[in-house]
Amino acid sequence: MLAEALFFSAVLFTIGVVGVLTRRNAIIVFMCVELMLNAVNLSFVAFAQVYGVAGQVFVFFVMTVAAAEAAVGLAIIIALFRHRQTVNLQDINLLKG
Amino acid sequence: MQPTLPLFYSFNFYVFGIVAIIAALLFVTRKSPVAAALWLVTTMFALAALYIMMDAQFIGAIQVLVYAGAIMVVFLFVIMLLNLGDPSEVADARGRGWKLVAAAIGVALLAQIFALTRAHVQPAIPPGYLARQIQYTGVLAPVAGPLFNEYLLAFEVTSVLLLAAVVGAVVLGRRRTAVEEATDAR
Repeated sequence: MLAEALFFSAVLFTIGVVGVLTRRNAIIVFMCVELMLNAVNLSFVAFAQVYGVAGQVFVFFVMTVAAAEAAVGLAIIIALFRHRQTVNLQDINLLKG
Repeated sequence: MQPTLPLFYSFNFYVFGIVAIIAALLFVTRKSPVAAALWLVTTMFALAALYIMMDAQFIGAIQVLVYAGAIMVVFLFVIMLLNLGDPSEVADARGRGWKLVAAAIGVALLAQIFALTRAHVQPAIPPGYLARQIQYTGVLAPVAGPLFNEYLLAFEVTSVLLLAAVVGAVVLGRRRTAVEEATDAR
């Protein structure tokens, strides 16, 4: 099952990358990042079958980091929305030269 | 893996994998953020099933509880809080140029990952070792053992990370007080 799981993981990761590149809604971009994290978790679990249970422990840490990231990231999005009344990434261009 | 029902096992494995990929495709193509979030929840449930089939029952349960249950609910709360449910409100997808670039990067990335996954894997533990371990010690012990012995430092550092995240989210999310507004205006 290792090869199949890695195939699914690769496809899910690529879908996440394409989503980040093609969407402009900050929340959807953020969810695409979560999808990429999930794809990597799938690889970790698949490799845990071959290399030992450390992969599963690492998935545990990845989930913790993802939860922290979601809390802080969504707080940033809320602060941004309060400031600019939009979450469209095209309208958030203060740093654009 | 399951030695008794190999065909049934692999059939289900493919079903859940394909469900995950289709739900992910629907997720990136939906206009409405709420629909997108719900399709992402579907992907996460399918992934939880895959985890359970790959001898990671604890991770599968955590995936449903933490990812689909907690993180995605926070996302849905924020979508509702900011009232972003109406898809017409944001012209969301980028233009054709961006889409072509994204497709090219996607194909290149997929090719690279496939090339890597075809590399030969030298197993470090005998096949079915994890399943036997789970049979003897239960589902939790194989994960909990290393977590509280080898990776104890990482575990403790994680608690600091969570504290920082909580404080950061509260500071970023609160409203500014009148005193602060006045100080900034001066």
